[in-house]
Amino acid sequence: MTERYEVAILGSGPAGLSAGARAAQRGMKHIVLERHDIYAQTIQRYQKGKYVMATPDNLPLRSDISFAAGSREEILGIWGEQAEAAGVNLRYGANVQAIEGEKGNFRVTLQGGDVVEAANLVLAIGDQGELRKVGVPGDDLPHVQYQLDDPEAFENETIVVIGGGDSAIENAVALARQNRVYIAYRRPEWARAKAGNITAVEKANQGDNLDILFSTSPEKIETGKIVMRTPEGSREIACHRVIARLGGIPPRGFLERCGIRFPADKNARIPELSLTYETNVPGLYVIGAPAGAAVIKQCMNQGYEVIETISGNPVEPADEPVLAEKLAGLPGRPPVSEALELIRQQLPLFDELTTLQLREFLLDSEAHLLFAGEPVARTSGKAGTILLIGDGVVQLDLTDKRGATQTVTRTTGDFIGDVGFTSGQRRISNVKAATDCVLIEMARRSVVKLLASSPKARDIFERTVVIRQLQDSLSGELTEQDLGPLLDTAEVKRFAVGDALIKEGATDDKSIYFIRSGSVTISSHADGKETVFGVEPAGSLVGEMALLYDRPRTATVTAAIDTEALKIDGSVFKPFLDARPDLRTKIDQAVHDRVLRGVAYQQDPWRGAVADFLVGEGIGEATNALLIDEALCVRCDNCEKACAETHEGIARLDREAGPTFRNLHVPISCRHCENPHCMADCPPNALNRDEKGEVWIDNTCIGCGNCAANCPYGVIRMAVPGPKKPGLLQWLLFGRGPGPGEDEALLKMKKVDKDGKELPKFAKKCDLCRGVKGGPACVRACPTGAAIRVNPADYFQSMGGRS
Amino acid sequence: MTAAATHESFLEYRRFRWLKLGIGLSILSLLPFFVMAPPAGHNGGTWLGYTLGTIGALLILWLMWLGIRKRRYGPGNWSLKGWLSAHVYLGLALIVVATLHTGFEFGWNIHTLAYALMILVILSGIAGLFVYVRVPTLMTGNRRSQSLDAMAEQIVEIDGEAANVALGLSDEFADLVRMSQNETRIGGSFRRIVTARDPNCGTARAIARARDLARNLDPRTAQRAAELVQTLGRKQELVQRARRDLRYKALMDLWLYIHVPLSFALLITLTAHIIAVFFYWG
Ligand SMILES: Cc1cc2nc3c(=O)[nH]c(=O)nc-3n(C[C@H](O)[C@H](O)[C@H](O)COP(=O)(O)OP(=O)(O)OC[C@H]3O[C@@H](n4cnc5c(N)ncnc54)[C@H](O)[C@@H]3O)c2cc1C
Ligand code: HEM
Ligand code: HEM
Ligand code: SF4
Ligand code: SF4
Ligand code: SF4
Repeated sequence: MTERYEVAILGSGPAGLSAGARAAQRGMKHIVLERHDIYAQTIQRYQKGKYVMATPDNLPLRSDISFAAGSREEILGIWGEQAEAAGVNLRYGANVQAIEGEKGNFRVTLQGGDVVEAANLVLAIGDQGELRKVGVPGDDLPHVQYQLDDPEAFENETIVVIGGGDSAIENAVALARQNRVYIAYRRPEWARAKAGNITAVEKANQGDNLDILFSTSPEKIETGKIVMRTPEGSREIACHRVIARLGGIPPRGFLERCGIRFPADKNARIPELSLTYETNVPGLYVIGAPAGAAVIKQCMNQGYEVIETISGNPVEPADEPVLAEKLAGLPGRPPVSEALELIRQQLPLFDELTTLQLREFLLDSEAHLLFAGEPVARTSGKAGTILLIGDGVVQLDLTDKRGATQTVTRTTGDFIGDVGFTSGQRRISNVKAATDCVLIEMARRSVVKLLASSPKARDIFERTVVIRQLQDSLSGELTEQDLGPLLDTAEVKRFAVGDALIKEGATDDKSIYFIRSGSVTISSHADGKETVFGVEPAGSLVGEMALLYDRPRTATVTAAIDTEALKIDGSVFKPFLDARPDLRTKIDQAVHDRVLRGVAYQQDPWRGAVADFLVGEGIGEATNALLIDEALCVRCDNCEKACAETHEGIARLDREAGPTFRNLHVPISCRHCENPHCMADCPPNALNRDEKGEVWIDNTCIGCGNCAANCPYGVIRMAVPGPKKPGLLQWLLFGRGPGPGEDEALLKMKKVDKDGKELPKFAKKCDLCRGVKGGPACVRACPTGAAIRVNPADYFQSMGGRS
Repeated sequence: MTAAATHESFLEYRRFRWLKLGIGLSILSLLPFFVMAPPAGHNGGTWLGYTLGTIGALLILWLMWLGIRKRRYGPGNWSLKGWLSAHVYLGLALIVVATLHTGFEFGWNIHTLAYALMILVILSGIAGLFVYVRVPTLMTGNRRSQSLDAMAEQIVEIDGEAANVALGLSDEFADLVRMSQNETRIGGSFRRIVTARDPNCGTARAIARARDLARNLDPRTAQRAAELVQTLGRKQELVQRARRDLRYKALMDLWLYIHVPLSFALLITLTAHIIAVFFYWG
């Protein structure tokens, strides 16, 4: 027997639940089909106690079910109650296998053979897909599991974790605290995981409880054991549990089997959809994550809207009034849909976006209308935003690292503010509108998302940035046309730490390399050992000597950290230079400077050793590092006290910890990395990077600890800010309070509020004393000059300068 | 931007700016002293005396202000390094300024007491300067890139090794290992910290006793005993390094416990001196 519904909703995530609640409210005959035995499977799988965010803040929620930021448990509880109260018809254990039919007459087949009939279908199946199975005999035995909710639930077991992604590593590391863990990965090295996780698992590997098995894959699983294929042959491991974290199978395949059309690009994850989320199949709608909704609130709004549409009451999207207000400044006040089209036409970066995506990006942006001559100021207060020029000409002054200033213009379709995204060699000042302008200011996180979701946007952005970098390093006068031949033949090459770009003595290789990000060491081989005699930062050109002087490679150039370089063929670069004698002179000069620096290094071999040490400590990726000369440091810790006193009672440096070579000590404190690892996955995007390179955490931090785990240098602390202390004179004269510096006793105590609830900890790190007159307090407060904060590139240069 | 790309010590701050100014101040005080010949001879009561005295007193107040400056971490273009540089060089120039002020009229009175205290403060300052210049390098060298905690950990490790070695030897040796474990102290009393010595060090005694006991043993046992002596020797070296580390740290802190209280004493007597001269004068 089959039942007929006006609408069947597949999936009971935020999108499906909200749709179900709306249908119930409207009195529609509906059913929500959920394959698991509980609603909102994706949210149920969040880690215990996770703080769920309700971004974007400015997007109104439109749903019969409420949602506000809070803990996973709170939110799920509310949803359950409200769905029931609203009369949502939920059917669990309904795993949809196939869909056929057309509008008015769809047939949904469930696993087990049951069929559900409905006039309209709403697919709200999320983008988690189905978890990938191990795919060997025994992969569904009871001791094999595909997720892990609470690593602390297991103790004193032997556990084999399969996979090499972030979840596999995170699980393995967490389990190794109280179990014997093997992590098996089919590749010979980590390929997909975040740097922070790699560091963590490598560290755990040193201990007794965790072993990494590379190039190892499962052969079969039997009760109490697993058999693996290893490079040395078959290996059997007796274990209590196998946990496979192999990711999910994306839902695109399933959607295509339902007859839903996707854009031509085979990587596209979002099907072709109308503004009302209807697919090419009339009556078949897709909402939620597979429709491009990135966050819960959008999913819930879509659930509401889609039911309104089906019941013949189309509503404008919830973000309409917000967008209308944002775009109100545009000349002629066009309606939102026209304004969006206009913006898309003018800005090639937006070319590929669906209207839904475009709306989402603009929700996180500000439009500005400027008259000729007006200065361009950012409104968001956060640096690191990107200004897209929707229309008009903007004029700006660029200052390069030598201090030379040049005025350039940017026109419609172009953007400014990319410096915060790249190595930050350039400084921009005096930005003003040269004609009347329309500017769109986009938050950094939206730009990151834009680049991730649109290959075309990424290409345009990359190319523009490379052009600007080349202009910086060669000459600002070069136009895109001039650089064209270089760009068209250039290859982007990535080098891992220790990879050689250029090998000493090579005769067949005449390419030059432009270092886009990272840094390289220059060394040569003599007396049986490799001596470093220079470090070149991002923005430098290396390898030009062999080309200019037509000789074999005189030195080896090695990536000091992960480095990205543009490889330009000698046969292209030579004629390019020959046609520009001024540029050629400039490069000759730069070569001479470098050779002279090399001499200084060679005179005093320990400079090379110091450079080698610093590079080994990862200083090559820093834009600003704290370095202490221990021959001057009197261990007074005034640096730490200064930092604590100016930063909520919590020092953001640990003077004593960290490596030392000779007299040079690298304390634990933020290095303001060129490509900050810590920023990789902060849920509220609380980490920011200014144009000067400062990486800092704003007050939207939710205390999740991701940044601290991701920073390879251990500089981020999770802490509760200390209470206010009595003033300095009160302490000096009357002994009130603990005195300057961090009050360790207080910090160690568990902090509770009035009601005895534990206070949340937040991520604390050095902000480079950003915006503070006089700069870093730690440096100013050092009585002897032992502590300095430097751009390592400058430091390496000055090591070569003093002879 | 590139101004501070390398380390520069407080002594060479801005190419010895404050050294030059200190010398300048001294010359400026000396010139009138030799050019002018007041009828009653030089003393604090001539107008030159008053001028030098006032400069001296202000300098002292300013030198003491360093204690406040050091702990005010607020924003501003100050640098404690610059302040210390000035402190040292102007503090030294004070010898000239204040001495000329006195006109070399010393006696057993409050005035000379103030002067004497000032000289003591300056001498302690000079001592501190030596400590600051010398000890940091010694400390780094002594550490060999190992933190104090790491040394402590290694000591515990060696204790374990020693106990293992002693297993193959008579109980007397095992007792020695236990003695070394229980009776070796790092730090403790003021004397032990500052001298970095413990005349009663358990490990030192254990080594001496072990060598005594190791006489006339059969070859295998003798080799074991030698091994124990070597293990304890390694521990002794570490212990000694840890003690030296504490000593160095103490040296860098301790001298200030003389310098600062003396400057307060100076401040009080100086006030008394100034009141006294006005009292007599009035
Ligand atoms: C770790 C993590 C943290 C996140 N944190 C946040 C946050 O803090 N704030 C925020 O706003 N967003 C967050 N998100 C994003 C948010 O979870 C998603 O945007 C949202 O869950 C998508 O909702 P949805 O309804 O489209 O799909 P889902 O929530 O994925 O729900 C889909 C449902 O459909 C069911 N289903 C799937 N296939 C079938 C089938 N064939 N038959 C029947 N049922 C099926 C599934 O079991 C599931 O219950 C986070 C995501 C992850 C992974
Ligand atoms: C405002 C600052 C000062 C004033 C007004 C002042 C004033 C005087 C006067 C008037 C005399 C002459 C007294 C006499 O001849 O009987 C004197 C002498 C002296 N002053 Fe000062 N003085 C000042 C600061 C100092 C300082 C900073 C020192 C050193 C710490 C100092 C040490 C002396 C000494 C040692 C004498 C000689 C005492 C003697 O004659 O027996 N004075 N001072
Ligand atoms: C009368 C003269 C002087 C007075 C009143 C004086 C006073 C002070 C005071 C109050 C401090 C602050 C200590 C603290 O709070 O930690 C200080 C520190 C110091 N003084 Fe002097 N001082 C004098 C002369 C000198 C001289 C001549 C020298 C060196 C030649 C010197 C070297 C130092 C040094 C090295 C410090 C330590 C700075 C630090 O570590 O922060 N002082 N002095
Ligand atoms: S916290 Fe600092 S050192 Fe760590 S990754 Fe971020 S920028 Fe780099
Ligand atoms: S720069 Fe500022 S925030 Fe950073 S360590 Fe120094 S004092 Fe602390
Ligand atoms: S303030 Fe300077 S001298 Fe004091 S501990 Fe810090 S680096 Fe060393």
